[in-house]
Amino acid sequence: MSDQAVKKSLFTPFNIIAALIILGGIPIAIMRFTQGLGAVTNLDHTNPWGIWIGFDLLTGVALAAGGYVTAAAVELFGMKKFHAAVRPAILTGFLGYSLVVFALLFDVGRPWRLPYPFMVNQGVTSIMFEVGACVGLYLTVLFLEFSPAALEWLGLKKIRKVVVRLTILLTVFGVVLSTLHQSSLGAMYLIVPSKLHPLWYSSYLPVFFFVSSIAAGLSMVIFESTMSHRNFHDKMDAHHIEASRHVTFGFGRAAALVLAGYFAVKVFGLALGNHWDLLFTGYGFWYQLELIGFVAFPCFLYALGVRDKNAKIIKFAAFWTVLGIVLNRLNISFFCFNYHLPASERYTPHWMEIGISLFVITIGLVVYKFIVTKMPILHQHPDYPEEH
Amino acid sequence: MSTSRRSFLKWVAGAGIAVAVPKSVQAHDHFEGYADSYGVLHDASLCIGCRSCEAACHEVNDLPAPEKPFDDKSVLNTIRRTDDTNYTVVNKYKEGPPPKNGVFRKQQCNHCKEPACASACFVGAFTKSPEGAVVYDESVCVGCRYCLIACPFNVPTYTYDDALTPKVMKCTMCLPRVKEGKLPGCVEACPMEALTFGKREDLITIAKERMRKHPDRYINHIYGENEVGGTNWLYISEEPFEELGMRTDLGITPAPELTSGALAMVPVIIGMWPVLLGGIYVINRRKDIIAKKEKEDAVAEMKAVTTAEGEEKVKKAKEQALKQQGFAVKREVKKALEEAAKAKDENQNGEEAK
Repeated sequence: MSDQAVKKSLFTPFNIIAALIILGGIPIAIMRFTQGLGAVTNLDHTNPWGIWIGFDLLTGVALAAGGYVTAAAVELFGMKKFHAAVRPAILTGFLGYSLVVFALLFDVGRPWRLPYPFMVNQGVTSIMFEVGACVGLYLTVLFLEFSPAALEWLGLKKIRKVVVRLTILLTVFGVVLSTLHQSSLGAMYLIVPSKLHPLWYSSYLPVFFFVSSIAAGLSMVIFESTMSHRNFHDKMDAHHIEASRHVTFGFGRAAALVLAGYFAVKVFGLALGNHWDLLFTGYGFWYQLELIGFVAFPCFLYALGVRDKNAKIIKFAAFWTVLGIVLNRLNISFFCFNYHLPASERYTPHWMEIGISLFVITIGLVVYKFIVTKMPILHQHPDYPEEH
Repeated sequence: MSTSRRSFLKWVAGAGIAVAVPKSVQAHDHFEGYADSYGVLHDASLCIGCRSCEAACHEVNDLPAPEKPFDDKSVLNTIRRTDDTNYTVVNKYKEGPPPKNGVFRKQQCNHCKEPACASACFVGAFTKSPEGAVVYDESVCVGCRYCLIACPFNVPTYTYDDALTPKVMKCTMCLPRVKEGKLPGCVEACPMEALTFGKREDLITIAKERMRKHPDRYINHIYGENEVGGTNWLYISEEPFEELGMRTDLGITPAPELTSGALAMVPVIIGMWPVLLGGIYVINRRKDIIAKKEKEDAVAEMKAVTTAEGEEKVKKAKEQALKQQGFAVKREVKKALEEAAKAKDENQNGEEAK
């Protein structure tokens, strides 16, 4: 009787779709590693980076910024009322970065050599060296920050105690490493003034990427808490449900301020680049859409939502900001990269590239669901009540 | 207090600027390329598009034979770029009168003095050799293809169809041959002397000499003399360079300078952030501790006040009670005395009556 119930519950729409995507991804993954990148991607010599870099890596890292933003707010800036948001944010950060590295294994030609830049020959003049080092270290930090939840689940009290003592150190480490690699992802494009459209190319790119990652992190935390409410309400205790209201308004207020700052820095960058004349070209209108439609507009919405105490507006603003970050990262890596080339020499993703991206994201969602269901993420572990 | 803080802020700003603008500090020992390095001067006005250089390149580098043979002129009808089977290609950019029948230009790696690929590579797979060639080391390459992104000339290519040992492919300026004292394959094969191999400095002199002799033939510019900080492959032409498919908007900034400012911020962030964040944490913890202590003190004080008031009340009550007790005793005594006096009176009256 109970066996039947378990079996039935496995065939939910989510599980079926996830299983189909993962099953569909496996043959593509096999093709990638037996026939090479050429068999499954539209990458070429002029367009060597596709959506695996532009979406999975650039966007993935920005959207996983919630971990360091929330941890810093609570542990360092003393905003204890957001404490319940830390664990879900750290978890999505940890999974996000794990997926970024996982996706990278598909993209680089010889993934088994990924330790080479650190173990064999250090290319320290490369911004990518910095990105690689920071992402690697930060993944370790996130793993340690996340581990107390897993250790509580496993009942390993002694190790947990040791890790919890490191919280402040790990949080500071996390902020330093995130500042470095979030900004460096933008700095990677400093070397291509001749390929990236002048409205997007700026010596401020590292600043843009860092500031927008904070907005992305804040928005993702609000967005995720909305999704968790919808899907994992039964896993949340009263403490978390109460805290999520604080998070929506507190983080909404912060996001309004950060987006306002981001808008200002973008305008400074525009003035520095002095390409006002390009604003009324095709790319210029695209730029205005990004700046006004996906930076200024959600900033206004956030402010409105906070003033009117309207959670619905804030949640929509969070969703819109996340879309804007995706748009920005894709503009830099894809829409506005190689802008000077004719359409025939530009890149459009192969369906199998999209397949692998979906495969990677789906694995992430399945793991997230498993962890949230099993471990004390959205509720307190009964053995450790003093923590919250 | 306020002055010391101001001077501290000044110092911080100064340090930030000094680190963020390292080129002004390091202007004296700025790398300007290896002296006496070799290069090739390509005089596009002499090129006839015979593709002998392509054939020679394939031969000396053991590259796979192309679908159409090298003497098939129909290949020139489409613009090609270098790929993982071609280190060099010759393109026809314009139709023209015989004998040349067009305007041609050969392309290959330009062997920058300060190469973007080498600056971008996170595993140091590219080296600028003292001979002038930019060489690639397959044995460490991870395959991130950042070099393809970084190259302003779109030179490096990648063997995308190789599953297990994919690698970057690009012109080596025939460094092994140069080290043996031979000419690069393409230079040796050119029947028109459109390619001249020599010391880069000498090539610039030769180019200027040709321009001086034929001022009406050449565009007054040596492409590669200053582009992206200078390249070891140089070009002169009778047609504007943009009409030969070459970008003239690349500027003269060497690639490493584009990222040096951002890299210089790394130690600033590593040095400053922990101090600032640690400070913020300590301030907040102190605030919490003070708030907690104040709360405790307030509670204790309230308790003390309440206790004192209570004691006062008890004392008063006791006093009152004592007082009341005293009154009662006095009243009783008085009553007793009165009664005793009354009794005495009655006794006396009774005796008198007897």
